[in-house]
Amino acid sequence: MQDKSSFNLDGDYYSSKFAEQRKGEGDTLILNLGPQHPSTHGVLRVMVELDGEYVRRAEPVLGYIHRMHEKMGEVKTYVQYLPNMGRVDYLHALAWNWAYVGAVERLMGIEVPPRAEYIRVITCELNRICSHLLWWGAYVLDLGGFTPILYAFDDRENIMDILQMVTGSRLTYCYYRFGGVSSDITSEFIAQTRAFVDRFRKRIPMYHDLVTGNMILRGRCEDIGVISLEMAKRYGATGPVLRGTGLPYDVRRAEPYSVYNQIDFDIPVSEAGDAMARYDVRLAELEQSLRIIEQALQQLPDGPYISADVPERIVPPKGEVYFAVEGARGKIGVYLISDGSDKPYRIKLRAPGYSNLHVFAELAQGTILADAISILGSLDLVIPEIDR
Amino acid sequence: MTQILQYLVMPLVHIVVALAAILTFIALNGLILVYVERKVAGFIQRRPGPYEVGPQGLLQPLADALKLMAKQLVMPRGADSILFWAAPLLSFTPVAICLMPIPFGPNLTGWNVNLGILLVLAFSGLNVLALCLAGWSSNNKYSLLGAARAVAQSVAYEIPLLLSVLCIAFTTGSLNFADVTASQSHGLFSWNIFVQPLAFLIFFIAALAETNRAPFDLPEAESELTAGFHTEYSGMGFGLFFLAEYSYMIVVSAVGSVLFLGGWNGPFLSGHWWMLGKIYALILVMMWFRWTYPRVRFDQLLNICWKWLIPLSLMNLLGTALIINLVR
Repeated sequence: MQDKSSFNLDGDYYSSKFAEQRKGEGDTLILNLGPQHPSTHGVLRVMVELDGEYVRRAEPVLGYIHRMHEKMGEVKTYVQYLPNMGRVDYLHALAWNWAYVGAVERLMGIEVPPRAEYIRVITCELNRICSHLLWWGAYVLDLGGFTPILYAFDDRENIMDILQMVTGSRLTYCYYRFGGVSSDITSEFIAQTRAFVDRFRKRIPMYHDLVTGNMILRGRCEDIGVISLEMAKRYGATGPVLRGTGLPYDVRRAEPYSVYNQIDFDIPVSEAGDAMARYDVRLAELEQSLRIIEQALQQLPDGPYISADVPERIVPPKGEVYFAVEGARGKIGVYLISDGSDKPYRIKLRAPGYSNLHVFAELAQGTILADAISILGSLDLVIPEIDR
Repeated sequence: MTQILQYLVMPLVHIVVALAAILTFIALNGLILVYVERKVAGFIQRRPGPYEVGPQGLLQPLADALKLMAKQLVMPRGADSILFWAAPLLSFTPVAICLMPIPFGPNLTGWNVNLGILLVLAFSGLNVLALCLAGWSSNNKYSLLGAARAVAQSVAYEIPLLLSVLCIAFTTGSLNFADVTASQSHGLFSWNIFVQPLAFLIFFIAALAETNRAPFDLPEAESELTAGFHTEYSGMGFGLFFLAEYSYMIVVSAVGSVLFLGGWNGPFLSGHWWMLGKIYALILVMMWFRWTYPRVRFDQLLNICWKWLIPLSLMNLLGTALIINLVR
């Protein structure tokens, strides 16, 4: 009889439940990946049943970084809740800023001045590049390539410096306000952004040279974790995961908000549905984001950066509202019910990572452990966003 | 009396001195290679690497070593204590014997034996046993998976390694490292890398896999298995595995330089400098690979071996044998 007190032999609720459902003949090994594990990018926990190196079954366990963001929305006033949004998905914080601010604006009927809309587009796209760069580095790191993440961080650092100039922070931004943004962009910001766009455009081919064409990398990505369009729809996957299956669904085009319909950009898609398709889509999106930033800088109108007729006390009328934006990981939705007080009655945050993660359990079945890690990485998960 | 002195004591003294010298060489190289690896990584990744401790960070490896030695040795509950501590020792000790028959210079051979190549191959094979023991005795699932990978990988890659070395043994007609070196002393193009380029390529790839270096570092793939077979080791337990890895890099580079790059042969400088330079050149290539390539997958790794390296090395061996027969 094994020593029951040994902590790696007795499990908790999840591992014992998972072990009970052990199926298949022969000896299988139940392995607990996480919540502290190098490839889960945060505190995701995945239970896997292994037959040798093959994954029989995989099950993500969530909730290790649940911070009650939705409940906090019910007890804080509309303004007090603003900083929370930068912390839901810390990698694309401005998109979450936008989703919440946009929902409240739609509910109250606040008009956003055009300059503010353009500033939002520029900063949000910069933040998207930031997020994709981190994903790219971390994904190659998952596959065992150490070096690319440091090159990605070089550019990421540049963006963070630029965003720091106007937002005041480097990661958990709280920049958008009801009816505009908190501060106007400076000429220095514009000059540095232009310089960054030029520099980064030259660096993308280098990324492709270094990593995309690598035989080993392609061997680790191609035909791994193939998602069909039907499957993506079944799980409600969005963002690059969905676009990697060939459907050009992008909230910026499907439910146009702000000034995106005045900007010319493509929606990159890839038909294959494998990890490489998701990789290609994200890298192509980098270039599209650069195009958007360039055009937005060109079209940037003069005028106020925040609407003058926003009341000091935000008390929206009774009602319900839904507002969605395209985040780096997919569709970010905020559903808000107001009972006419200064606090939301209920706020529901739709995190794209949550839906994207659930594809994993089905995808990982029958793959090799190393492939399961590759698939997990290719979904671009941010666990704080999933747990909220 | 003089006969005893001549045939028993003198060789013993010789071996002890050689062993001590080799152990010093290994320990010193461990420190140097840690520093070099970090500086090379820094150079490739466009960062300075260590530079805080000592001038240009030169004392960093010493600080690291001190830290490892000062750390508490932790053993997980339920682990097999004898095997658990035997594994790092077993991983490290064969290295000293592996370096014994290698001629580092015209008169710098630890122990000139006729079956030197066989000796090195036999003792370097012991490393996998150590990894296997470490994985098994740790009572940890990650370690076990890492050990299973290490065994499968080593068993597969030992074959092309042996076959490529055998080609050299065929052309030289000897298993003695000194003879192999002597056969390459007629200028640059007598080096075996030009005589047997395919064998060198296979040898180098197989050697990378044997030493568990990237892109074949699957037994310790940290994104999948946290740290693979040495997940549970702390302090000097880990330190010994670490030292063993670097020592095996020296061993395969030394064997590679003797077999393919002409050993200590070279103009102007004394032989041992050439040998050292060649060893370090090969090690630098290994480091360059590590910081450039992603890791291959397990089945891909075995596919490369069984479908490409073994047939190729067999063909190479047969071709070599045929040519030798025709020439004679």
